[in-house]
Amino acid sequence: MTELSNLCLLLVILVNFFALGSSRLTACIQAVALQGAVLALLPLATHGLSSHSLLLAGGALALKGVFIPWLLLRAIREVHIRREMEPLIGFVPTLLLGALATAGAFIFADLLPLVEAHQGGLFIPTSLATLFSGFLLLISRRKAITQVVGYLILENGIFIFGILLAEAMPMMVEAGVLLDLLVGVFVMGIVLDQINREFSTLDTEQLSALKE
Amino acid sequence: MLAALILLPLLLVPVAWLIPWYRVRSWLLPVAGASHLLLVVLALGGVPDAAPGEWIGLDPLSRLVLLVASPLYLGCALYAVDYLEMRRERGNRTMVPCLLLFLSALSMAAMSRHLGLMWLALETTTLASAPLIYFNRNRLSIEATWKYLLICSVGIALAMLGLLFFAYAALRGGVPVSLLLSDLLAAGPVLSRPWLHAGFVLLLVGFGTKMGLAPLHAWKPDAYGEAPGLVGALLAGGLTSLAFLAVLRTLQVMNAAGALGMARPLLLGLGLLSLLLAALFMMRQGDFKRMLAYSSIEHMGLLAVGVGIGGLATFGALLHMINNSLAKGCLFLSAGNIHRAFASKRLADVRGALVALPFSGALFLTAFLAVTGTPPFGIFLSEFTILRGIFGAGRLWVGLAVLVLLATVFIGMGASVLAVSQGEPTERDMAFTDRFLLVAPPLLLLLAVLFLGLYIPESLRLLLEQAQALVEGGA
Repeated sequence: MTELSNLCLLLVILVNFFALGSSRLTACIQAVALQGAVLALLPLATHGLSSHSLLLAGGALALKGVFIPWLLLRAIREVHIRREMEPLIGFVPTLLLGALATAGAFIFADLLPLVEAHQGGLFIPTSLATLFSGFLLLISRRKAITQVVGYLILENGIFIFGILLAEAMPMMVEAGVLLDLLVGVFVMGIVLDQINREFSTLDTEQLSALKE
Repeated sequence: MLAALILLPLLLVPVAWLIPWYRVRSWLLPVAGASHLLLVVLALGGVPDAAPGEWIGLDPLSRLVLLVASPLYLGCALYAVDYLEMRRERGNRTMVPCLLLFLSALSMAAMSRHLGLMWLALETTTLASAPLIYFNRNRLSIEATWKYLLICSVGIALAMLGLLFFAYAALRGGVPVSLLLSDLLAAGPVLSRPWLHAGFVLLLVGFGTKMGLAPLHAWKPDAYGEAPGLVGALLAGGLTSLAFLAVLRTLQVMNAAGALGMARPLLLGLGLLSLLLAALFMMRQGDFKRMLAYSSIEHMGLLAVGVGIGGLATFGALLHMINNSLAKGCLFLSAGNIHRAFASKRLADVRGALVALPFSGALFLTAFLAVTGTPPFGIFLSEFTILRGIFGAGRLWVGLAVLVLLATVFIGMGASVLAVSQGEPTERDMAFTDRFLLVAPPLLLLLAVLFLGLYIPESLRLLLEQAQALVEGGA
């Protein structure tokens, strides 16, 4: 079981790098969808087939793997924005930063004491590395829609850590996480729509009138 | 009764959405606010403290937060009636349901005894207030809304990770995993330290973003500057107090684990940085609503400094939370009136508010004096208590730094406020005059601050002491 979940987690890290290095928006969103689908496997790989883990996996697949990426793809189709990423920091520096952060995550995770069952797993370093990659994407890309993608990757990182605790935590909190992600992206979607109407672009460089 | 505090406003949300009458919809807000306040008063007297294991319940800290948030909300709700009447072109079909949802989430966040539930409620307040900031539907307000949503969502996501770290600290400590406050407090001594420390940092960053502590304050000037005055009042007075409550909850856990020594320097550092940044940006601020945002950052910094020092300073910080909320309410509402009348919030365009709007202008000027800690207002008393706590703890340099920064803020803010209120009125919208419902709520809030400066009722003092003991006593 550990091997399967570690394989999934390595795949997640690869997707992080792909998203950081990708210059095409559509490819980036598809990568995030793939990441969501891989994440859906994790509860099953870790906790076996129970109704609880099935529910979690189903929810993650439906939301992170299908629904939200579909919403984002639809958004770029409808508003006809240019399909490039338009980075504020170039792709190579972003990738280097991502690599540094991933290495840092592995070193930091080594310092944290784990319970017996989680030793030898890649959950914690992957979770932190994904969190940081999402954050990096969020701050280094110009389009509002890419910032949403960054936010999704960041949330994925937190989800990975949550899976470790899935058995010990009450359902309500996990349901809250998924629900929240949904509502958050919905509200962001509405705002995206308004930004597009107001500025005829989803470039947040335009959103820079408010400053000191 | 406690459930009613959450459910009543929630039930009014669909009602407000469905009814077709504009004015009735506006009046739903004061109805919800007044019944909320009534229920809070009844609950404060009648409902005992929560038993261990309950998900929703009261303790001295949540009593304090409800005690300040509920009157503030009622004041803003009354103000909203005339405000929305004035801005019929914008409609109130989004504003009113969102404000009601905000009240419901606010009650839930204040009364949650489960950290996960509290987190959910706090996130709901963010989502419910985003459309409120976008009320004016122009380029600037959408920019502010986008920044607010993105920065606060990232912050709250980090707080979620912090909560999970706390849960893992319990797992590693070998106790049943639970985010119930009573369970975490009981498990305090066995919680795994590295996880606890890392979790605290994440929670402080997450909730600190919501509070608007520097350097996580980037959204605040934009959001407060672009939102209508009454929304600014609710955010600066209500939401920040809730976020502060969340920080206090994590401090409770740290205290139970005997790790306050690690938590306090971080709070102190963030607090002093907030004071410094607020003082710097206040000096040359050309927009009086953004200036109020920096004033909010300053006061959040003061709260963090207070709990960062501990002891008497924590007592002062809790009192300061109450005073700050009430004073911010008055300040934002009267600033909103001035903004409406002059159709601008640039210092270059606004002069002579005292002549143009005798009531709002005077309220704005007096609220400025109150908020910067002039006696005899309550903020003077609470700032004085915090300073006494700092000097009493032997932190001479911290105390001196705080004093110098407070004086800088007074000078910076005073220059702008005097420029707005004095002189011959510039060109303005003659249709706007002081109306009863636009002036009475801020006046009442200001009177409450004045009252707290002259006399602190015995029951309130007792409640503050109990709350302080809850945060840092007995470990």
